Amino acid sequence: MIRLKDVEMEYDNGTQAIRGITLTIEDGEFIFLVGPSGAGKSTIIKLLTGEVEPSQGRIMINGFSVSNISDKQLPLMRRTVGVIFQDFRLIEKKTVHDNLAFVMRAVGSSEKELRKRIPYVLKLVGLEKKATHYPTELSGGEQQRVAIARALVNNPTTIIADEPTGNLDPERSLELMQLLVKINSLGTTVVVVTHEKDLVDRFEKRVVTIDGGRIVNDSVGGYVGGHIHG
Amino acid sequence: MGKHNFRYFFHEGISNMFSHGFMSFAAIGITVACLLIMGTFTLVAVNADQQLKDMEKDNEMLAYVDDSYTTEQARMLQKEIEAQPNVASATFITKEEAMKEFQQKYADETLFQDLDPAILRDRYAIKTVDIQLTGKTKAAVEKIGGIASVTAYEEISDGLITVRNIATVVCMTLIVILLIVSVFIISNTIKLTTFDRREEIAIMRMVGATNSFIRWPFVYEGFMLGFTGAVIAFLLQWTLYEAVARGVESSDTLQLISVVDFGQLWVPVAATFLIAGIVIGVGGSLSAIRRFLQV
Repeated sequence: MIRLKDVEMEYDNGTQAIRGITLTIEDGEFIFLVGPSGAGKSTIIKLLTGEVEPSQGRIMINGFSVSNISDKQLPLMRRTVGVIFQDFRLIEKKTVHDNLAFVMRAVGSSEKELRKRIPYVLKLVGLEKKATHYPTELSGGEQQRVAIARALVNNPTTIIADEPTGNLDPERSLELMQLLVKINSLGTTVVVVTHEKDLVDRFEKRVVTIDGGRIVNDSVGGYVGGHIHG
Repeated sequence: MGKHNFRYFFHEGISNMFSHGFMSFAAIGITVACLLIMGTFTLVAVNADQQLKDMEKDNEMLAYVDDSYTTEQARMLQKEIEAQPNVASATFITKEEAMKEFQQKYADETLFQDLDPAILRDRYAIKTVDIQLTGKTKAAVEKIGGIASVTAYEEISDGLITVRNIATVVCMTLIVILLIVSVFIISNTIKLTTFDRREEIAIMRMVGATNSFIRWPFVYEGFMLGFTGAVIAFLLQWTLYEAVARGVESSDTLQLISVVDFGQLWVPVAATFLIAGIVIGVGGSLSAIRRFLQV
């Protein structure tokens, strides 16, 4: 479960990015986090991945208190959260298999675990035949699916996708979103940050709208009110 | 650290080393140069020190007794000489014994064989405790009544002391400077690797890799750079030392100098090189990776 309670975030340069956000995301939930540029979506992702600490308030992620997390606890918290980026962030000199193996080894998984888990995850994202390919040999949609596989491979309880369809055409975007819904149906909490209104409207999911560092709407079933910018 | 992790760290460390071939070559090169210069000066200091110890063992000054003293009177001076500070022993040598020794030394010279011992003086062969105090001991013995003069080879001992002292000071200074330079260069090599792999490091951090897991491959890289540098430096040092030793032995003018056999020195030299190389390598990599592990 993810809980943000009265969270404020002010950067060192004085920018007030988040103003008193309170939000609860239950285990196994699927939510869209939407809002215009500069609304504070990226800051929320940074807060949820422990990249920054809130100036005020409390954040609990999967049992870890991020507000005052120790250096030892931080990696353990991060293992419960898989992150997907708009620009994929794959390692180009490693094959698809090695991109996944790399992050499994990084958390101390054994070679036996790698042999078992990687084919399963690649099959889940439909890339079982691309294991030996390099990212540059794949299409944008395939690369994003590798990024999803990488986020999933350590079996996190939560997936956070930051504009995952930003570099994909509408058809691939829909496929990818359906894949995230499928992953959610298997029990993983999914948080998708996006500005693609059409895509959000296609799914009957909870939508949290942020503007000016505040939650301005929290409802189910497509975007309600205001205009979403890129 | 698990067995599979060790293999992974080792593999990553080696592959980092080869993926930045030129910088690795430069880092190994500078480590070799630093260790070689350090080692050469240290070995010069060790040899000068050994030479001094040999001289201390063999060195004796000769105190000649005044002609007016009879042999019996001359023998009486022994206790007074031995009472002087820094005198280890004093052996009385009569004129006759001195002449015999002289004639034996020049056995081929018929001209010296029928000399009268009376032309020589009774004397004491004095061994000192500390060769560095030769001058003071000589002056003290000269003041004893009945001693006409004292001969000591101060120039040679002073020269060796100077060589040893200079070599020690130069050696210490160079060790400090070169260690800093080596750490700096290895640190920069590893920084280049970490910069090249910053995306991988960011991903590792994002998926929850611990700092130590991220650090180990770079530590191995530094270790391998330092270790390789140390091994190459040792082999070069050995070759160089043997060449110089052969040169000294075959030289007519340097025959007085006896070079310490490398067989007696290789263990401490190898150990020092390995420790210094590894400290330089690992120290350099730790300083390079530090800033990537903050946050």
